[in-house]
Amino acid sequence: MSVAKDAALLVGAPRSNARGKLGRSTVDTGTGELVGQTRPLLAVENLTKHFALKGGLLNRTKAVVQAVDGVSFDVQTGETLGIVGESGCGKSTTARLLMHLIPPDIGSIVFDGLVVGAAEGGLSHRDLHRQMQMVFQESYASLNPRLPLAMSIAFGPLVHGLAKPAALKRAMKLLEAVGLDPMLFANRYPHELSGGQRQRINIARALALEPRIVILDEAVSALDKSVEAQVLNLLVDLKAQFDLTYVFISHDLNVVRYISDRVMVMYLGKVVEIGPVDHLYRDPQHPYTQALLSAMPSMDPRRRTLKSPLTGDPPNPISPPSGCRFRTRCPFAEAVCETASPALLAPPGEELRAVACHMRVPGSGHSRAATVVSA
Amino acid sequence: MTQAEATKQPVVSVENLHVRFVMRDATVAAVNGVSFTLEAGQVLGILGESGSGKSVTLRALMRLLPPARTRIEGRIRVAGHEIVAMDEAALREVRGTEIAMIFQEPMMALDPVFTIGAQIAETIVRHEGVSYDAANRRALELLEMVQIPSAARRLKAYPHEMSGGMRQRAMIALALSCRPYVLLADEPTTALDVTVQIQIILLLRKLQQELGMAVVFVTHDVGVAVEVADRIAVMYAGRFVEVGPTEAVIDSPAHPYTAALLTSTVLGSAFGKRLEAISGMPPDLRALPEGCSFAPRCRFSEDRCSASMPPEFAPTPERMTRCLRVAGREIDLGGPNLSERNTSRP
Amino acid sequence: MADVAVLPADPASAFKRAQQGKSYWRRVWERLRDDKVTLAVIGVLVMLLVMVVFAPWFTVHDPYTGSVLRRLKPVGTPGHWLGTDEVGRDLWARMVFGGRLSLLAGVVPVFLALLIGGFLGVAAGYAGGLVNSAIMRLTDVLYAFPSILLAIAITGILGSGLQNTILALTISFIPPIIRISESLTTQVRHLDFVEAARASGAGPLTIMRYHILNNVLGPILVYAASLISICIILAAGLSFLGLGVTPPSAEWGLMLNNLRQALWVSPLVAALPGVMIFITSMCFNLMSDGLRQAMDVRL
Repeated sequence: MSVAKDAALLVGAPRSNARGKLGRSTVDTGTGELVGQTRPLLAVENLTKHFALKGGLLNRTKAVVQAVDGVSFDVQTGETLGIVGESGCGKSTTARLLMHLIPPDIGSIVFDGLVVGAAEGGLSHRDLHRQMQMVFQESYASLNPRLPLAMSIAFGPLVHGLAKPAALKRAMKLLEAVGLDPMLFANRYPHELSGGQRQRINIARALALEPRIVILDEAVSALDKSVEAQVLNLLVDLKAQFDLTYVFISHDLNVVRYISDRVMVMYLGKVVEIGPVDHLYRDPQHPYTQALLSAMPSMDPRRRTLKSPLTGDPPNPISPPSGCRFRTRCPFAEAVCETASPALLAPPGEELRAVACHMRVPGSGHSRAATVVSA
Repeated sequence: MTQAEATKQPVVSVENLHVRFVMRDATVAAVNGVSFTLEAGQVLGILGESGSGKSVTLRALMRLLPPARTRIEGRIRVAGHEIVAMDEAALREVRGTEIAMIFQEPMMALDPVFTIGAQIAETIVRHEGVSYDAANRRALELLEMVQIPSAARRLKAYPHEMSGGMRQRAMIALALSCRPYVLLADEPTTALDVTVQIQIILLLRKLQQELGMAVVFVTHDVGVAVEVADRIAVMYAGRFVEVGPTEAVIDSPAHPYTAALLTSTVLGSAFGKRLEAISGMPPDLRALPEGCSFAPRCRFSEDRCSASMPPEFAPTPERMTRCLRVAGREIDLGGPNLSERNTSRP
Repeated sequence: MADVAVLPADPASAFKRAQQGKSYWRRVWERLRDDKVTLAVIGVLVMLLVMVVFAPWFTVHDPYTGSVLRRLKPVGTPGHWLGTDEVGRDLWARMVFGGRLSLLAGVVPVFLALLIGGFLGVAAGYAGGLVNSAIMRLTDVLYAFPSILLAIAITGILGSGLQNTILALTISFIPPIIRISESLTTQVRHLDFVEAARASGAGPLTIMRYHILNNVLGPILVYAASLISICIILAAGLSFLGLGVTPPSAEWGLMLNNLRQALWVSPLVAALPGVMIFITSMCFNLMSDGLRQAMDVRL
């Protein structure tokens, strides 16, 4: 497959093709080359969710929170896709949309070729839950305080028809797999465990239905750094042991870099950049990604941060700016950024990535964009 | 307090601090022998994980702990006041004026039913006895100092009308309203987004330099400690296991826990390799074992480590460590060389 | 990774033999054990219950036969240690037997309200949306009436008697129980572990059974216990007004009414049923307080 030919195909190509090119190939993380063409395990198209804020006497809609707006991406079998962003970016809402805990307004989710929720020939929600599970952020409310731990883990299989002894047996095996002695922990209660141990139980619960893809929503964020390392090691081991695919959502850029193969950056409900992890971290293309990475605290006392890359707080998703949503904080914003919303496209010569920025699209009208190259 | 400045006494001086909480079924030994001093204009970063006792130490400096259950021993001198010996009424005069505190959650300091301007002005009026007009003017100055945009308009805003980063700034303004000598910061950036966090860190640095305050900054994030602190104290199971200048502690840690903490932190360049996690769990503070509290998890531990608590060694005049083997130079922990690993900056 | 022994072949028995943790209820029990006041109060109530149920064994005289000759004997009369009432019946016997109806009228309405109101409240809390609005607005309508007025109105329409009293009081107590059940269920519904249960594909009934009920039942029961103390007073009040139990049945409220005229003649005797109502109500109140404190276990 000629790389140059693909690049020429991609420049100016409509959005779905560009994303599709990324999605329908496997990236060899060693060489960074496209290898073969396989169907993605999860294909998300134009996912949109707006929340209406109601109030007043007649419960009228006062405002609309545009939590997730036209998000599309693929997840390849066996990879770890990291999703990063700050508060209000919509990453948690995206996780819940993927799990169908909340229904999307627009958009489709295709799991292994089957459309989720389709009337005929699709994947029912119940079956989706057998294939896709979620690990929540550790909190006092992530486990039912009244149930013994093995029952919390066995609940999923029980619901799907497994007999109680078999479900318990699976729970005990999973306790072992996450590094907790079943004879010591099966009959204990969440309040008797530390945060790291509870998170292991959360992971065991997610694996109880033997899913193929696991969404980890801030799974290590509430843990101490030393415990975080233990749990990350566990997650990497389990991925290999059970042949899993991960979608790893976090605000911690270091953790995402450690565990992901590809990373997707979100801002105010939209995807601003997506690409292989090393490429993205070494050479971020979108101004927001650049700001995020340079905002991380320095680890060198001699080279402390002297200037903040961004000012102000992330804006409210209730009335996002027109055009490019990042323009109010972007140091390179121009007139075209206010009028046109940039599409997620692969920059010329870099077909493995996609950026939603006018500066990277030749002929967009931005002063920093390259002029159109004649064919 | 120019007296203390003149005599060049440290602004904060803590000697052998012990804090215990008496609960119904056990006594929790939260702080077990902490000593340090802090000069004016210096920033001490206390680095530790949850349960290490860092927040308790901070609150003890102002005696903000529940009086019924708490037993404090030791000597605490802040801005010339003997904190442990003072009575509650005298302490209340000192809190907020000479010593101020900022929290992780701004709503712990801000009253939701009053505007920001009203809260700051009230504090100034109460403590400094000036008129409301003068206090309001000072409140405006403060909001501008903490870089809140449209400060005049924000004076009349309620806390819930502001975003998280701005509430944090408002809380800082409130804390600085009476020009304290000492600022105590309890993880003020932990709950913030990374782009907001760096703004607050820079703001605190700038304010600290301008006002010449001494700052005690508690955090669990190594990066934040590096950005903020002149000196770092690493805390484990209620004790300082290492104290030293930031550069020295980061480049060449003098305690196995510090070294393990620095290497187990996830950093970009560790991609692909297994993380060197610290095995085991922190000790139960209700039943602290004899000897070094870190020994059960330490890969260099020997029998004598568990026999009795290692005393404070000073390998150099500015550094302190509680490790028998490092202090005796039997092991060289080396440095994790974090500065070279910081390759994620574009 | 933990050092793990080989799993025994039978997982169900292994589960039972695994180290038993301290469940929430066990911790509640331990806290309760240390609370001397609540234990004492529960002891008093148990004693009362036993005496009332096995009334014939604790009394000598028949509560229904009286003799005009022995009217209004004072406390301490030989043979009638609490005296006699205005028709000459032994007060102690009437109190003990009366306890049956008083306790019945005090506990049964709350129990029934718990069943009906609990079901409606939990359903409203879990369903949300229109179902919730419908149930809660209906509750608001009933809430507009003070409970005693509602009870009076219902018995006024239906007539007096134990059954109608119980019915009236049940209806009066359904709204508060719906309120608290709905509120608790709504809180629990949004917790992460319920979301995780939904993510497993469980249906509403399964989720309610495994995750909702065991988390809301405790506080609802405690609230119901505090309602019993009110119900006892209301039941007695209804009987006092002549709308509840009818003579010649023994019931504390009724006795209070009948002995009203004797207040100047034999004040101690006249006040005794009132004292009984007070003690019982207070005991239920203290018990519910103690339970609530014991259940407030910090997790």
